[in-house]
Amino acid sequence: MTATDTSTPVVPDFGDDDDSDRKICFICSKGNLDMAYPALIMANGALGEGIETHIFFTFWGMDMVNKATVDDLKFTPVGNAAMHMPPGMGKLSEKHMPQILGGLPGMTGMATKMLKKQIADLEVPEVHEFLELLSEMGANLWACKMSVDMMGLEREDLIDEVDDIINVSEFMDISEGAQMIFV
Amino acid sequence: MSTATIAGKEVHVNDEGFMTEYDEWNEDLGRELASMIGIDEMTDEHWAAIHFLRSDFAEQQETPTLRRVSKVGGIPTKQLFVLFPKKPAKKMAYIAGLPKPKGCV
Repeated sequence: MTATDTSTPVVPDFGDDDDSDRKICFICSKGNLDMAYPALIMANGALGEGIETHIFFTFWGMDMVNKATVDDLKFTPVGNAAMHMPPGMGKLSEKHMPQILGGLPGMTGMATKMLKKQIADLEVPEVHEFLELLSEMGANLWACKMSVDMMGLEREDLIDEVDDIINVSEFMDISEGAQMIFV
Repeated sequence: MSTATIAGKEVHVNDEGFMTEYDEWNEDLGRELASMIGIDEMTDEHWAAIHFLRSDFAEQQETPTLRRVSKVGGIPTKQLFVLFPKKPAKKMAYIAGLPKPKGCV
């Protein structure tokens, strides 16, 4: 094409006419701060594309929807071989952090604070606010019955955005035909 | 780069049909672009979102994401889905004559 081409306007395809039944389900099984975000960010993207989105919280992932823990998720460098030295230390920042440092007292708190700041700098909301946003955008949030029972939780212990506590067979019904992502 | 005639005006567009020159846009074009994607009536609420996109782009040189439109522009995300169904971020950018947003959140 050249700068002189003039034609009938091309109209982008926003998929309004497609009768797409694309559906995506995320299973959140981790309660670490860094493991909370992947599903939230992808769910946000999916909803923005008009895709039906479900998130199922199970095991440690319950901490993401438990009122007592949702604002207190932590990040630990322990066992994370990809953890780098903090930024701003020149060449040293490119190096991986020795595992033994991760276990020092106060390290989890410090690493959590740093990660939260990096996330906030990108204007990405904290976990609870993110879940409110996703729910507003139409995401369905489901809590795992067995995890709820195992942890001795009740409905009122969970954040309001959770649609329901469901068992695995109900989740299988809901997720029929969906693309599944396990985190 | 090619051009297309929209609302009686010749404007630059990319392969997908998104306008590429910020200054070529005006409200008549916006109204026509909206109607081409099935939004037949542009209410004050629609325009508030579109004008926020344009003023924010002028400052940031980047099309705002849905979250930015709600957080900084003050229009609730839920409402954006009502005004610009299914894919609000891309639809708003198209009507506002801006590139698709690049940010993830």
